Amino acid sequence: MTFLQLERLTKRFDNTLAVDGLSLSIERGEMLALLGPSGSGKTTTLRLLAGFEVPDHGRVLVEGEDVTRVDPVARRFGMVFQHYALFPHLDVGQNIAFGLESLGVSGEELQRRVARALALVDLGGYERRRISQLSGGQQQRVALARALAPEPRVLLLDEPLSNLDPSLRERTRREIRELIRRVGITTVLVTHEQDEAFDLGDRVAVLRGGRLEQVGTPEDLYASPANEFVAGFVGRSSGIEVVVIGPGERGVRVLVEQVEWDLTDVDEAPQGPALMVVRPEALRLMAPAPGALAGTVTERRFTGAASLFTVVTDGGSSIEVTGPPRSVRAGERVGIMPSRRAGGGIHLFPRAGK
Amino acid sequence: MSRGWRVNLLGAVLLLLLTWLIVYPLLLVLVEGFRGPEGWTLGFVRQFLAHKNDGEALWGSLWISLASVVLAAVIGVPLAFLFGRYDFPGRRILGWLVALPAVLPPLVGVIAFLFLYGESGFVSLLIQRLMGLEQAPWELEGAGAILLVHAYSMYVYFYLFTRAGLASLDASTLEAAASLGAGRWRTLRRVVLPLLYPALGGAALLTFMTSLASFSAPYIFGGGFRVMTTQIVATRLNGDNELAMIETVSLTLVALIALWLLRGSRVLDNAAAGSKGTAPMRVRVQSGKARVVLGVLGWGLAVLLLLPHLTLFLVSFVPLGTWTTEPLPPAYTWRNYLTLVEDPVRARPLLNSLWLAIASTVAAVVIAVAAGVLTVRRRVRGRGAIEALLALPWAVPGTVFAIALATAFSIRAPLAGRFVLIGTLWILPLAYLVRNLPITSRAILAGFRSLDPSLDEAAATLGAGRWRTLRRVTLPLLRPAIVAGASLAFVTAFGDFVTSIMLYTYDTRPISLEILSSLRQSDVGVAAAYGVVLMAVSAAVFALGADRGSGG
Repeated sequence: MTFLQLERLTKRFDNTLAVDGLSLSIERGEMLALLGPSGSGKTTTLRLLAGFEVPDHGRVLVEGEDVTRVDPVARRFGMVFQHYALFPHLDVGQNIAFGLESLGVSGEELQRRVARALALVDLGGYERRRISQLSGGQQQRVALARALAPEPRVLLLDEPLSNLDPSLRERTRREIRELIRRVGITTVLVTHEQDEAFDLGDRVAVLRGGRLEQVGTPEDLYASPANEFVAGFVGRSSGIEVVVIGPGERGVRVLVEQVEWDLTDVDEAPQGPALMVVRPEALRLMAPAPGALAGTVTERRFTGAASLFTVVTDGGSSIEVTGPPRSVRAGERVGIMPSRRAGGGIHLFPRAGK
Repeated sequence: MSRGWRVNLLGAVLLLLLTWLIVYPLLLVLVEGFRGPEGWTLGFVRQFLAHKNDGEALWGSLWISLASVVLAAVIGVPLAFLFGRYDFPGRRILGWLVALPAVLPPLVGVIAFLFLYGESGFVSLLIQRLMGLEQAPWELEGAGAILLVHAYSMYVYFYLFTRAGLASLDASTLEAAASLGAGRWRTLRRVVLPLLYPALGGAALLTFMTSLASFSAPYIFGGGFRVMTTQIVATRLNGDNELAMIETVSLTLVALIALWLLRGSRVLDNAAAGSKGTAPMRVRVQSGKARVVLGVLGWGLAVLLLLPHLTLFLVSFVPLGTWTTEPLPPAYTWRNYLTLVEDPVRARPLLNSLWLAIASTVAAVVIAVAAGVLTVRRRVRGRGAIEALLALPWAVPGTVFAIALATAFSIRAPLAGRFVLIGTLWILPLAYLVRNLPITSRAILAGFRSLDPSLDEAAATLGAGRWRTLRRVTLPLLRPAIVAGASLAFVTAFGDFVTSIMLYTYDTRPISLEILSSLRQSDVGVAAAYGVVLMAVSAAVFALGADRGSGG
């Protein structure tokens, strides 16, 4: 059942359309990640949800109640700000009590709920600490506890990890995910990091230029991107201009530079020019051979079990291919073929003209 | 946007209020200067141009101000380098003492100089005795005397601005210069000084403006030497109203031109603003000889700087009529201080100055906070105009504002926004308020700008309405800015002389005027006692501002 609904939200600032007819439905208890490059409208969307901006058109509904014009003060949406926005003149306990006091909670009940919120983020007993005495990670947890303490209807997270050291990010991400699951609160978070979106979001909404490009589970987005933007933005991939010739012996036959490949496991594509988007693991490296795309290895990056090779083809395209570590060196001539099990890692997007 | 128009309406109300308080009186001056009994005329301008004294006064104001800038820089900048870049015994306390002239309100500084270097001052009499002279070795009068007082009280601007500039230098900048092979002098010339230009420009502008508006020193020491501020007051007292208006306009023009010429400088920055990176370490002075030289120089300087304060203190214990030709007063008494408390006539100015300063400061803070909310937070229409109006009185000499307010509020025309306030309780607080607006709003608007707007938003998501957010989040975080702005405003208003001399009534006479009248009655002890009170309250408020302002 839809808990939080965004209906054709549109917001214009001066001459730029920051959010353009955005509709999304979020289930109760779901975590939705808004993913997009800067300028994609994800932060504006979050601010529309929080009530800091009023949309030019469209509505925000919570359980069917229209809250589009409800003041942030009365909206009961909790928010964790990118730079936390903890009140530096109040101590940890007072920061957390702030939202509870708005609800009229006082006395022992207040102390109890502050303590409970702190325990939730593993900062029990930190009530009297000053904000300036906390590490970045602790500040983030206080911000989370402060947002959750008044038991908001929806939790909003604005780039929750961008302010942390990279070494701290993964652990914090895990902690946030567990905490939110435990609390069971409906959450919308904004990020430009795909890893973060995939790890935290039950579903991910990819935005570009204020429009929704695709929304789905991380698996869906990776395996079947709706368009070349999503394919390129989500996960590693390379794009090569190809010409679709038609059905081949097996699957679709395409002309890649000078060679013809038969691609299985791809959607039907009309004849004519197309962009082929390929995941690195959907290709394999081999010695130069007829039928293989010829090129030169320009870079090798070690990533663990496999290495990531960048190959510049004779036609000038730059393609990333995974292969066994040390199989080839930079400068070597190689051939590229689709893997036998490409596993949905190749997508064809017809070029304009139609 | 349903909430938009109401906020914009509030912005318009504030803009209207500021226009009425600041621009309107100045415009009326302009109008009166160009309007005779038979309509518009350039007659008064011609009169002004033909008047030899006026040309002299304008030229006097100009060159005195330029010379004050040069003198203040020559004293203040090296001192700032000495205390900012080197470490030696006594640096801390001396560095603090050097800023002390700042706690002397202009008139008090002037009378302290009178007691020290005047015809029968301590130093003059001492030298006269030592050298067996017939009369005082010098006459404390004319341009030289004015410059002496200006240099003493205004080098502090260069000192403080340069020190703040030095403190905000990033050590890595200097390290980078060193690693690129620049020696000490090249680093100073190519890196340090260029980085200090904005601060130095700010100090120069501040010194020029203060000196252009200076009234106490030329009024007391001027003798035959004319400057524009005293000329305006004299013309006005002569009843030559329209000519006074043209003189006022000419002084305003000079001030505005100076402001325009130095518009790139950084006066409007908060000198206490934090910086990125760490400030360069001080160089510890190692050589024993250099340490002794610096120590002696430093303490000698401190004594020189403290002499006016000490003099004032000493003279405040002199009973009426006992000190005439002796180098040191022969008798001392507590009487002068007791009088200030016991004699209702003597106590009145103290209470007047106190309530006038408090009322005008509170009003200035309220307006500045409202302006901060409306311009920085709510970004109302016309916010640029609001900020410009708030800064404007800073560029306009106090004498000019006194004339402008006296002109605007001397007749009753409610429809034209004019009321008879002159001669009432209201004119002085109003004048102080207008003069205080730039200092207070500069500090408070800077405070608003340094606040992260998401703090307000965080409070909103936590269910706090506008008032609760203002009371619990914004104001507490602004406290340093408010305290800083308010303490400066209070001290300025408490010691004000320039505007008061033109606008006071007997019932609202402030301390400064009582000092003047005590002096005229040769009651130097009481005059000095008032001066000490002014000085002590100023110092206490500054200290409070520095202490409470930095907390939180």
